[in-house]
Amino acid sequence: MTEILIKNGFVVDPRNKINCEKMDIAIKDNKIVQKVNEKTAQIIDASGLTVMAGGVDIHSHIAGAEVNTGRIIRPEDHYKDPVRKTSITRGGTGYSIPSTFVTGYRYSAMGYTSVFNGSIAPMKAKHAHEELNDIPLIDKGTYILSGDWWFVLENLAKGDIDECARLVSWLIHSTRGYAIKVVNPGGLESWGFGRNVHSIDDQVPNFDITPREIMRGLIKVNKKLNMPHTIHLHTNNLGIPGNYQTTLDTMNALEDLSTDGKPVAHITHVQFCAFKGENWRKFKSGAEDIAKYMNNHTHMTMDMGQVTFSDTTTMTADGPFEFSLYELGGHLKWVNSDVETESSGGIIPFHYKRNSPVSALQWSIGLELALLIKDPWKIFMTTDHPNGGPFYDYPKVLAWLYSKKAREATLKRCHKSARKKSLLPSIDRELSLYEIAIMTRAGTAQALGLPNKGHLGIGADADVAIFNINPETLDIAQKFRTARKAFANAAYTLKDGTIVAKDGQVVNSQIPGRTIWVDAQTKDPCRIDDEMKRKFKEYWTIEYENYPVTDHYVKVSDKLSVKASV
Amino acid sequence: MSKTINNVVCPICGCLCDDLEVTVENNEIVKMKNGCAVCEAKMVHGYKSEERILKPMIRKDGKLVSVSMDEAVKKAAQILTDAKYPLLFGWSSTVGEAQRIGVELAEELGATLDNCCSVCHGPSVMATQEIGIPAATLGQIRHRADLIVYWACNPWASHPRHVERYTAFTDGRFEGSEWQSYVKKLKADSNRKKMEMASKRISRVEPPTKAASFTGPPPQMLEHKPGRKMIVVDVRKTMTAEVADYFLQIEPNRDYDVIEALRCLVTDQELDVEKVGGIPLDTLREVADAMMSCEFGVIYFGLGMTQSLGRFRNIEIAIALARDLNRKTKFVISPMRGHFNVTGANNVFAWQTGYPFALDFSQGYPQFNPGENTAVDLLRRNDNDATLIISADPAAHFPSVIMQNMMKHPLITINPDMNAISRLGDVVFPTQWCGIEYAGTAYRMDAVPITLKKVVEPPPGILTDEELLVRILEEVRAIKAKRGEPVGQAEPKIAPHKPTKATKTSRECPIQEKPKRVTKKTKKVA
Repeated sequence: MTEILIKNGFVVDPRNKINCEKMDIAIKDNKIVQKVNEKTAQIIDASGLTVMAGGVDIHSHIAGAEVNTGRIIRPEDHYKDPVRKTSITRGGTGYSIPSTFVTGYRYSAMGYTSVFNGSIAPMKAKHAHEELNDIPLIDKGTYILSGDWWFVLENLAKGDIDECARLVSWLIHSTRGYAIKVVNPGGLESWGFGRNVHSIDDQVPNFDITPREIMRGLIKVNKKLNMPHTIHLHTNNLGIPGNYQTTLDTMNALEDLSTDGKPVAHITHVQFCAFKGENWRKFKSGAEDIAKYMNNHTHMTMDMGQVTFSDTTTMTADGPFEFSLYELGGHLKWVNSDVETESSGGIIPFHYKRNSPVSALQWSIGLELALLIKDPWKIFMTTDHPNGGPFYDYPKVLAWLYSKKAREATLKRCHKSARKKSLLPSIDRELSLYEIAIMTRAGTAQALGLPNKGHLGIGADADVAIFNINPETLDIAQKFRTARKAFANAAYTLKDGTIVAKDGQVVNSQIPGRTIWVDAQTKDPCRIDDEMKRKFKEYWTIEYENYPVTDHYVKVSDKLSVKASV
Repeated sequence: MSKTINNVVCPICGCLCDDLEVTVENNEIVKMKNGCAVCEAKMVHGYKSEERILKPMIRKDGKLVSVSMDEAVKKAAQILTDAKYPLLFGWSSTVGEAQRIGVELAEELGATLDNCCSVCHGPSVMATQEIGIPAATLGQIRHRADLIVYWACNPWASHPRHVERYTAFTDGRFEGSEWQSYVKKLKADSNRKKMEMASKRISRVEPPTKAASFTGPPPQMLEHKPGRKMIVVDVRKTMTAEVADYFLQIEPNRDYDVIEALRCLVTDQELDVEKVGGIPLDTLREVADAMMSCEFGVIYFGLGMTQSLGRFRNIEIAIALARDLNRKTKFVISPMRGHFNVTGANNVFAWQTGYPFALDFSQGYPQFNPGENTAVDLLRRNDNDATLIISADPAAHFPSVIMQNMMKHPLITINPDMNAISRLGDVVFPTQWCGIEYAGTAYRMDAVPITLKKVVEPPPGILTDEELLVRILEEVRAIKAKRGEPVGQAEPKIAPHKPTKATKTSRECPIQEKPKRVTKKTKKVA
C-alpha cells in the first residue's frame, strides 16, 4: 500500500472549479483520497509548482496497422532520433512515429497519462491492441472505424436503427473499442472503386445511403447504446479548400439530434476542416465562420489538429484524401491501404514548412479556432499526432495558446499568408493555466465520459502531472519559453499513484497502463444467426469466429460497462 | 475419441486460410478438410515427424547428447552473453508473442536481429520505404478486382488457395468467380489436344509447334472477355499460367524493362522499339489497355521479382506502375509473402524498434541497414561470433560459404524437428509447433492479424518459443547481473484489474460538488 502526499502545490482542477489554489493532494494506492497519514506517506514537495490531473489526449494515432506501416516506410525519420536503452527503459526510435515504448515514455515525460488512439479498422484491431500493450505508462483506448462497415451501411439504409445499434455494440465489444469513429462517411466505401463523396448529400455508390444519413444514424445508435463518448467524426471533404462549408453543413445537419444542449458529435482535427477558398491558390481561413457557429451552439465538441511546422507523417483512414494529397505533387511516398468491407487508409510523409503559404495558414487556422471559440470545454488541444505534428510538439502549441508573444515570434518567421489571410494577428486572447487544464485534461476527460480522469477530486485516478510553473511569480504569457520548457518536462508525473517520470525523465517504466474499452450491454444481444454468419463469410476473408479480439490481446483490461436502451 | 475443430488457421503460407476443419483423435490430427495439399502435408503428417526433437541437446565431443532444459538454457545464455556480436535469425515461422521477446533479447545482448524476409521479400519492404505502396487486404480483391496480375510468382504451387479463396475463383460482392470459364478452357484445351493427337495419327505428320514466346488467346480477347481477367507474367509457363486468361513469357531478368515499358504506355508515351523483354510492343499495349480499362486491378508479385536482377528496383518500378494507374482507375499491388508470419515479424520489429528487419542493437539503440545487418551479408563478412536460429532452416537455403562462416562459431537452434540446421547446432532446443500445439498471433500477407489455434497437446516437457525465449532472456540477465553489467528490467507481472463500475448516464460529471481537501487553503491567487 503506497501513500503519497503532494504538498503545497498550486492546484489547477477545472472540473472541481479550483484555479491555482494552494492545497495538498493525497493519494492512496491508485486513487485520490481525502487524507493520508502524513508521517508515513511519501511527501512530494510541490511548493511553487503547478499541480494538474494527468493529461488526457483525445485523439492521437499511436498504434495500429496504419501507424506501423508509417513506421516501416520511414527509416529516414527514425535515423534522426535514436533512443538508447537504459536499465529502466527500453530502446527504440522517435520522431514523427515513435516506437511503442518511446511513445509511452515521451507522453509520460510531458505529464500525459491517458491517450486515445485515433482510429483502427476493426479487422486489424488485434494488431492495434498488441501495440497498445507495448505502450507503457499511459492508459489508452481506441476508436473503431464503423462509418463504412457494410452492416452499418445496410442497416442504416434500411432505417433499422435498433438492429444497427446491436451490431455496433457487438463490433465495439469484439474489437475492445472505446467509441464509434466515422471517417469521411461514405467516402471510404466509394474509394473501394477509386471514387469519393463530395458533400454530405452525395449518394454512396452501391449503397442506398448518403453521408448525412450515416452520421445521423450513427449518432442515434450512439445514443441508444449510451456510449460514454459521442461519435468521433472526421468530416467529408477533409483537407480540401472550401471544406468549411461542408463542416458547417455537417454541424447543421446534426443539430436537432442534441437534447438538453448536450454534445452529439466530436469533430476531430477541425483545423483540416476549416479551409476557405475555391482552390489552393485562393486558400483562406474559414476558422471565423466555424468559431462563430460554435459560439452559438453546444451540440458539438472539437479538437484542434494543430500544425506545428515539422517533418511529419500524415496518416488517416481517409484513403481518397491521402490520394488527393499525393496528387498535389512533390511527395515521394504514398501508401494506400484498403481494408475490405470496412475502411481504407493512406499515408504520406509531409513537411509543414514555415515558408509555405498553405502550411503557414494551416498553422494559423488551428490557433484561430482554439482562440476564437470562447468556451475551452468545446475545443481541445491536439496535433492529430502525427498528422499536424508529433505529440512532443504539444508544449509549443500550448505556448502559442497562452502567449501572444509566442505567436508573434512564430508569425514573424512564417509565410505572410498566415498574417494576411487569417485573423490571428488581431487576436489578443491568451489562455490561462485554468483554460489550458480544460483543453488538455478536464475537457477531454469530460468529452470522453471518463468520470475518474482529468480531475483531482476524491475518487479520481491518481494520475497527476506537476509542472515547474509558479503562477504567482511566473507570467507565462511573457516568459513563454520557461513555461514551454516546464510543460515539455513535467517535474513529476504520477501514474496510478506511482512516480513514473521526474523532470522529464522516466524513472519507472513498470506501470503498463490499462486499456479502457466499452461494453455497451444491449437488452437483446446481437443476433448472430446462421444467416448472419453466412453473410460474414461472404463479406470478410476471415471467419466470424476468428474476427473478434479476445482477452488475450488486452494485457490490462479496464472494461467500462454501460446499459444500452435497445 | 474423436473431435472436430472448426475454423482452424493454417500455419504455413502467407494466405493463413482460417477455415480448416480438423479432426483430432487421441491427441493426433487424423483428418483435415478445406486445406490444400501443402497444408495437409504439414497438419496431418509433417508435424508427427519421426525427426521430432523431444529433448534439448548439447554438442559434447562432437556429438549431440540429451540434457535437461535447465542445462541447455544455461549453456545457450552463456554462449550468447560471451559473444560480442551474436546474430538472432529466423522468426518468420513463429508467433508474434515470441518475436516480441526476441527483440527484447536482441536489445539485451546488443545483437543483430534479422528475419527471413532479408532473403525473400526484404527488397519489397525496401521498395516500400523508397516509394510507398498502394495496397489492399485480400477481401478487397475478392469483392472488387476485375483484373488480377500475378507477376513472377506461382501461387498454384506456393500459395495454393490464393486464387481460389481471394482472387479469380472467388465470389465477391461486385465480381463473380471465374472457375466456370476456367473449366470451359480446360475442356477446350483437352479437345484441342485430342484433335491434334488424332490428326497426328491420321497424317503421321508432326503438327507445327508454337514458336511464339507468349501464349494465350490473341490480345484482343482481353478486351472482350467478360468478368474477371487474370494475367500471369513469368519466365516460364507455370501451373498458374495454365489457369490464367493470358500469359506473358518474358525473358529472365527483364522485369524492370517490361514494367517500365508498361509505365510508358500507361502514361501515353511513345516507344520506338519492337520488343521489350521478348514481348512485342503491341502485346504490351493490349496489357496496358486492360490495366487502364479495369474497374479495380491488382498486381501480386513474387520472389521472381525480388531476387532477380534489379531486386528492390524491380518492385519500386512495379509500385510506380500501380501508382500511375491510380490516376486512371483503381489499382493496388501486393507482395506474395511466403512464410505464414513473415509479415508479423516485420510488424513486431517495427513497432518495438521502428525498423522492420536488418536490426543492430550493438550501440544500445536500434540501427537499420540492409546490406550490413542482414544475415547473409553479416555472415559473408564473418562478423558475428555466435548465432541463434529460430523457426528457420538456413542450412537448407543459405549459400555454402555463409554456412561455413556460421559454423565457425557456436550455434543455437530452436526448431520443432531435426532439420538441417538443428543437426549442425551446438545447443539444440526442441519447441512446439505453433498453430498446432500452441496458440499465438500471425499476420497474413496483407497484415491482417489472425490468431493461430492450439489443436493438439504438445509432447511433455517441451516449451513454446515464447516460454523458451523468456527463460533464455532471464538467464542472460542473471549472467550479466553477476558480472556487474547493467541489465534491463523484466516485464512487470500484471495483477488483474477491477473493472470500472457502470456509469449511469454518459457525459455527466459524477463529481459535481467541490471535494474536501486535506489542508486548508493557504493562499489564493489573484
